[in-house]
Amino acid sequence: MYTLSGVTKTYKKGRSRVEALRGVDATIEDGAWLAIQGPTGHGKSTLLQILGGLDRPTTGSVVLGGRTLSRMRETKLTRVRAHSIGFVFQTFNLIPTLTAAENVEAALVPLGVGDAQRKKRAARALESVGLGDRLRHLPTELSGGQQQRVAIARAVVKEPQVLLADEPTGNLDEGTRDEIIDLLEALWQDKGLTMIIVTHDSTVARRARLRGTMIDGLLTIGEATPSWSSPKHSDG
Amino acid sequence: MFFTYLSRELRRRMRQAIFIALGLALGIGLVITVTAASEGVKNSQASVLHALYGVGTDLTVTQPPAAGSGKGIAFGFRQQLKQLRKSQVAVGTSVNLNSLVNRQYATLSPAMLTTVTRQHDVTAAVGGLSLLDVTVSGTVPSVSSGGGNFQSNFNTNTFTVDGVNLSQPDLGPLSAVKLSSGSVLTAADADADDALVDSGYAAQNSLKAGGAIDVGGTSFKIIGVVSAPAGGNPPNVYIPLAKAQSLGKTATNGSLTGQLNSIYVAAENAADITTVQDELAKALPSATITDQDNLASEVTGSLAGASSLANNLGKWLSVAVLAAAFLLASLLTVAAVTRRVREFGTLKALGWRSTRIVAQVMGESIVTGIVGGAAGVALGYGGAALIDKLAPKLSATVGGGNGASVASSSKNVLRSLGSTAHTVSVTLTAPVTLQVILLAVALAVAGGLIAGLFGGWRAARLRPAAALSRVE
Repeated sequence: MYTLSGVTKTYKKGRSRVEALRGVDATIEDGAWLAIQGPTGHGKSTLLQILGGLDRPTTGSVVLGGRTLSRMRETKLTRVRAHSIGFVFQTFNLIPTLTAAENVEAALVPLGVGDAQRKKRAARALESVGLGDRLRHLPTELSGGQQQRVAIARAVVKEPQVLLADEPTGNLDEGTRDEIIDLLEALWQDKGLTMIIVTHDSTVARRARLRGTMIDGLLTIGEATPSWSSPKHSDG
Repeated sequence: MFFTYLSRELRRRMRQAIFIALGLALGIGLVITVTAASEGVKNSQASVLHALYGVGTDLTVTQPPAAGSGKGIAFGFRQQLKQLRKSQVAVGTSVNLNSLVNRQYATLSPAMLTTVTRQHDVTAAVGGLSLLDVTVSGTVPSVSSGGGNFQSNFNTNTFTVDGVNLSQPDLGPLSAVKLSSGSVLTAADADADDALVDSGYAAQNSLKAGGAIDVGGTSFKIIGVVSAPAGGNPPNVYIPLAKAQSLGKTATNGSLTGQLNSIYVAAENAADITTVQDELAKALPSATITDQDNLASEVTGSLAGASSLANNLGKWLSVAVLAAAFLLASLLTVAAVTRRVREFGTLKALGWRSTRIVAQVMGESIVTGIVGGAAGVALGYGGAALIDKLAPKLSATVGGGNGASVASSSKNVLRSLGSTAHTVSVTLTAPVTLQVILLAVALAVAGGLIAGLFGGWRAARLRPAAALSRVE
C-alpha cells in the first residue's frame, strides 16, 4: 500500500521555481489499478517517479508497504526498485545492444539471480507476453508493440509488488494500444500487482479500476466505471 | 551479462572505440619506441664503456697520485737521465735505459683490496697495475755538438702495460678482450714471463704471437694477440700482475711488490652499484670510485647527442602524446556516457547499483585500453624495427678533448687522458624488452582506467529521474 502525505516537489529552473507537486495526499491500496490523467506539465510523471523511488519529494512522505521511500538512503532505495517496483516507459527504454531476452534478464541482475535461472525466467516472461519466439531479437528488429511487450516482460519478470507505467501506449497505434492494455490487465489480474498508469488516453484510463486526475500538482482519486473483471487477488 | 553487455556495447560504438584505442596505441607505441631507442643508446654507451674498463666491472677504485710525487718517471731512471745530461757519461757511450713505472695513479695496498672485497654488496673485486714502460736509447753526444740537440740523440719509446690478475680474468682489463691469435694468459702463467699484446699495438710494431717484447728490462714471450672491443682504449701489453709488481717502480723508484693501482669491482646487481659506491667512498675516503655514469659523461659525439635526444625530447614527447591520448580517451568516454544517459537511467530504474554501472563503463574503457595497448605494442615494435633499419651509425668520442692538466676522476680511468681523443662508430639498435611490454600493458590499463573513471564518475552522478527525462 502506498501512503502519500503532503508530497511536494519543487524544481528550480534558472531563477524561477516550478512547483510540480503541491501537497499530494493519497492512499493507494495493494492490488489497485490506478490510472492518472491530466494535462501535460501538471505533475503526473513527477508523481510516478516519486512513487517509483526515482526521485525524492521536496517535502512530505511516501510510504510503500511500511517503508518510507522519501527518507531512504540511495542504496536501500535502489534495492527497493530492484525487488519491488517494475517500470514501463513510453519510449520502451530497451538497451539497444541487448536481445529481448537479455533486456528482460537485466532486471534480474541486481537480484543476483544465477545465469541459468535468469535465462529461464526471462524466457518464461517473454512467453507470457507472447514473444516466446523473439528471444534473440534485438529491439531494432521488433515492432513498437513488441518492444513494449519486452519492456512489460522486463518489468514483471522479477514479480514486483508495484508496476508503474508512464504513458505505456503513447507511442503505439490504436490496435497495438489495445493489445498492450489487454496484456497489462491480464498481468494485473494474474499477478496481483498494484498498477499505476499515467496516461493521456481516456480509453486506457477507462480500463483502470481507479481514476486519478492530476491538475496543477494536486491529485484527486475517484472510482472508475467498472468495465473489468476482478483480479484474482482482489481485495474486494 | 557483464561481458555480453560490454562486448555488444563496444561493437555498437566500434568506430569510437577504435579511435580511442588508436590514440592510446599511438601514445604507447611512441613510449615503446622511445624507451627502446633509449635502451639502445644505453646499450651502445655501455658497450663503449665496457670496452674502457671491462665487461662485468661496475666500479673502478683508483687513487690520484700525491701532489709533488714527481713527473711520473721513476726516481732512479730520472737520475740516470740527469747524469747523461750533465755529461757524466762518456761521449759515444751507447745508452739503453728502461723503466716500468707507475705514472697514472697512487698505489693501493692489498689491505684496500680486502676492504673493497668485504663490502656487503660487492660480489668480486680484483686488483691491477697500470704502468708505463719507458725506454730511452741512443748514443751520448759530444758537448761541442750542442746541448740543445742533446735530446735529439736519444729515442724515447713508451707503451702502456697492464698487470692483470689471472685468477679472475672475467673482471678487469682482460674481461672484454678477444683473442686474435695465439693463446690467452691463464692462472698457470701467473709467474711466467708471458705477455699478451693488443692487436693495434702489435700491428703498429710488427709483433706477433711467438715473438718477444721487452717489458721493464725483461724479455717476455708474446703468447697471444688480443683485440679490445670498439671504443676501448686498451693497454698495449698485458702481463701477469705478479710480474708487473716485481718489475714496476713507483715514481720515487720504490718497489711495487704487492702493490696495486686499480681495483675492479663487480656489484651484486646493477641496482646495488650506487650503494657499493657509497660504501666504498666511506671505507676508502681518499680513493676515487668511478662508475659507468662518470665515464658516460666523458663520452661525446653523436652517441651522446642521441642519448640526450632519447632521454629528453623523446621522453617528453612520449609523455605529451600519452597525456593527450589519455585526455582524448577520457573525453570520448564521458561523451559516450552522456549519450547513454537514458540507458543508464533505465538500468538505475531496474535497480542496478551505481557501482555496477560504473564497473560496466570502466570495463568497456579497460578493454579499449588493452586493445590500444596491443596495437601500441605492435606500433612500438614497428618503430623499434624502423630504428634498427634506418638509424645512422653513431659516433662516440671518449677521452682527450680538453687536455686538462689536472685529471678528473673519471678521466683517470680513461687511459687516453691528455692524449688523443678516441672516436668509434656505434650501431644503434632499439631492443624492446619484456619490461617495456609490461610497461605498455600497464599504461594501456591505466589509460582505460582513467577514461573509465571519468566516464564512470559521470554515470554514477546521474539521478535516475533526470536521466530518464533526458530527451534523445
